[in-house]
Amino acid sequence: MDNISKHITENEVIDNFDNKLSTLNLGPTHPATHGIFQNILKMDGERIYSAEQTCGYIHRAFEKISERRPYNQIRPLTDRLNYCSSPINNIGWDMTVEKLIGAEIPKRVDYLRVIIMELARIADHLICNSVIAVDTGALTGFTYVFQERERIYEIFEEICGARLTTNIGRIGGFERDFNETAHKKLKDFLKGFPKRFKDFETLLCRNRIFMDRIINVGPINADRALNYGFTGPNLRAAGIDYDVRAMNPYSSYQDFDFKIPIGKSGDTFDRFMVRQEEIKQSLNIINQAVNNLPEGPYHADLPEFYLPPKEDVYTKMEALIYHFKIIMGETNVPKGEIYFSVEGANGELGFYLISDGGRTPFRLHFRRPCFIYYQAFSEMIKGALLSDAIVTMSSMNVIAGELDA
Amino acid sequence: MDKEKLLNLINRQFEGIVKSHSEEYGLLCIETETTNIFNLIKWLKEDSSVNFNFLTDICAVQYPESGDREFAVVYHLHNLKENFRLKIKIFTSRDKLNVPSITDIFSAANWMERETFDFYGIIFDGHPNLCRILNLDELDYHPMRKEYKLEDGTRTDKDDRFFGRKGNEKITFDNKKQLARDNG
Repeated sequence: MDNISKHITENEVIDNFDNKLSTLNLGPTHPATHGIFQNILKMDGERIYSAEQTCGYIHRAFEKISERRPYNQIRPLTDRLNYCSSPINNIGWDMTVEKLIGAEIPKRVDYLRVIIMELARIADHLICNSVIAVDTGALTGFTYVFQERERIYEIFEEICGARLTTNIGRIGGFERDFNETAHKKLKDFLKGFPKRFKDFETLLCRNRIFMDRIINVGPINADRALNYGFTGPNLRAAGIDYDVRAMNPYSSYQDFDFKIPIGKSGDTFDRFMVRQEEIKQSLNIINQAVNNLPEGPYHADLPEFYLPPKEDVYTKMEALIYHFKIIMGETNVPKGEIYFSVEGANGELGFYLISDGGRTPFRLHFRRPCFIYYQAFSEMIKGALLSDAIVTMSSMNVIAGELDA
Repeated sequence: MDKEKLLNLINRQFEGIVKSHSEEYGLLCIETETTNIFNLIKWLKEDSSVNFNFLTDICAVQYPESGDREFAVVYHLHNLKENFRLKIKIFTSRDKLNVPSITDIFSAANWMERETFDFYGIIFDGHPNLCRILNLDELDYHPMRKEYKLEDGTRTDKDDRFFGRKGNEKITFDNKKQLARDNG
């Protein structure tokens, strides 16, 4: 038979026929990858022979932009890292700056922050876990918990006016205290959520089809997970109880009583179950925080960083000056080099900040958890079926915005 | 594990390897030579008396016009058992950007080093696949370096001098007037 293309020689055709490997381009846009990820898979039939991930499709150069922006204006950038739980990123950034300037934060702010961060963690875990189910073909659970995520977003909306990219909080505390409606919505959520979460859990956790699809899929052992820099639920699923909240408590996490669930084999089932348990623990933390919420101011006394009330700006000279300086980004911070990390919803989110004393950071580097652990993906899916790779990927909770920064 | 004990252990193992050390915001930072970094990190990870079993982060920093110390590569290590963090810094110059890769010690270093290469052009010797990761393959410069300005220098609404800072040297009051005059 004659070759139609002059570029294909006969030998090549025979080679391809012999080794039977075919190349499959999964992504960059693919309905099953939940974001812009490209995986180039070498397939032997339905089995994955080798895989290679590429990233950078939505790189927005946040680190570079940060070198030009005043400290107050970097918070909106952090929204867009892990956008499923932006409040954790926002508050993490605020706390980094507070540590740099040595601010003292009132207890009430710490507790309010804990409430918001744990709500964000619940929202993030709900999406991740329900999407695992969607990828195995079970769409119902997803519709259950999306209603709950909606309730969480309504609470955020009441606190800061935004839902997804929240820009919540300020350096030193919050823009305003929780209002009556926020407290009411929070109370309703805490009351109604456990039952509806139970519905979700009974739908999936002992569901034979679901278990068959995720048990022993995409496993990684503790050694490899540590070597690959895993953090968060993925590391805990492999059996290592590293949690920044417990190890280096920030924002008064030491006041709360919570457990750190761990898994055994680091497979998709363990990751799913660890997240399920973490949702319950987060709910427990929120309940403790709401019940023991201290009285006091909702922001620290930091006139150089925290905007004064508007009526003071119009009537008092000093407030007007501070207002101008903050808005124009004219506040200098002390020189210093600092690494601060919080437990993000998918791992240790770190901020490595170098300040030369000017109005903007000299260098800012984000330690983005999923950028680091996504490297392990090709090792985890080697020899697995294509449909297992899809489930493994959604169970790793890789968020495109954070991966590409 | 405390600061003194760790420094003693390192000094006993590698005589004179620590060029300087400091502590800022509770994080111990040691500086060493580029040639020592591989052996130091390998020992820190594998020796049971120190046991830094977790690589938190690698990134680079540029200090413009500092000669031999223009580029710094910063390693963050973490001993998870005793919860002790350590920062290691090495410095290189612009014409000697080669640094040993530590991918053989930590698999996690693979993408971190690629990212550092991508943005600063640090060349990690021994890296299995040192190519760009977040930027375009066709890009012919390393964009996080300080010589590449972020925003258009001709914008007048962001003139730094109006706020008492240096910068945007191109436009001055004098040549603005001059320009206005030239345009009639």
